[in-house]
Amino acid sequence: MFISKLKQALICLKAGRVTLPYPYKPSPPPEGFRGKLKVDIDKCVGCAGCANVCPPGAIEVIDFDTGWRRMQFHLTRCISCGRCEEVCPEKAVTLTDQFELSTNTKEDLTVAIEVYMDTCQRCARCFKPQHPLDKMMVTGFRK
Amino acid sequence: MFSILEKCFKKSIWVYHTNASACNGCDIEIINALTPFYDAERFGIKLVGSPRHADALLVTGAVSRQVCPRLKILYESVPDPKLIFAIGSCATGGGIWFDSYNVVGGVDKVMPVDFYIPGCPPRPEAILFGVAVALGLVDKKVAAEYLREKGFSELIEQGQPATENE
Ligand code: SF4
Ligand code: SF4
Ligand code: SF4
Repeated sequence: MFISKLKQALICLKAGRVTLPYPYKPSPPPEGFRGKLKVDIDKCVGCAGCANVCPPGAIEVIDFDTGWRRMQFHLTRCISCGRCEEVCPEKAVTLTDQFELSTNTKEDLTVAIEVYMDTCQRCARCFKPQHPLDKMMVTGFRK
Repeated sequence: MFSILEKCFKKSIWVYHTNASACNGCDIEIINALTPFYDAERFGIKLVGSPRHADALLVTGAVSRQVCPRLKILYESVPDPKLIFAIGSCATGGGIWFDSYNVVGGVDKVMPVDFYIPGCPPRPEAILFGVAVALGLVDKKVAAEYLREKGFSELIEQGQPATENE
């Protein structure tokens, strides 16, 4: 038994220090890690495609009468699956590698964006052209 | 709040780990954070076997209706002052089951939560970071974001063509 303990000690000495010096030194996540999402407001067209596919329904879409559309990304229940990034036609939403999201209030975990949508003159609802080409043809789809 | 914490938790924090109907992903990460590789015991964080010995409660999972009364009992058996950590997206906001019929949807609906560590599951580093935030070693790195596109009138004011992004 004594010999086996000695052997163990030898193995430990050989391995040296294995502990990650994490909070004192940064530990970048591996390639392809999906963390906090980031939205580029200049690219987003407010199509709400991301809200449609989000498995936990973390993206809330609120339409105002004034033509503004507010999209709230609730990072409290975002599971970083990357579906929104996948479907976004304009590549407006990307998942960064930031993982240090700990906070003491839930309010810190929301990303809200507001985009201006054009509305149909008859029904006053935001409309969706059939084809990306149509989107470019429609004057004032998005001012 | 942080100064009170420093006063109350000067010494090592002993944690009790609770699985409130989590899928086990977050639990594995908590165990991972306690291994010698991540070594949470550097900060005096030690896993204890009874809530009565604990200073902090690590709760994972989107509290199902069955576990809810047990969680309340558990909360009451931790001596004051206590810290509650909600670990994982399920515990912070209900995660993918937030509107499911059998879950309450988040730990904060059952008891007051002090620190939220979202992620599905959070990296062990993220859990360590959360504990470091709680101990006042580092500052938190997230804040609420609000972005607003330039409106029609603002664009005209700036003299930019309104059909810029068409
Ligand atoms: S990453 Fe997944 S869960 Fe998070 S907002 Fe995008 S689609 Fe929703
Ligand atoms: S982020 Fe992308 S998918 Fe979501 S509304 Fe904006 S353009 Fe559409
Ligand atoms: S947050 Fe994700 S990994 Fe953690 S318990 Fe919920 S589903 Fe599982």
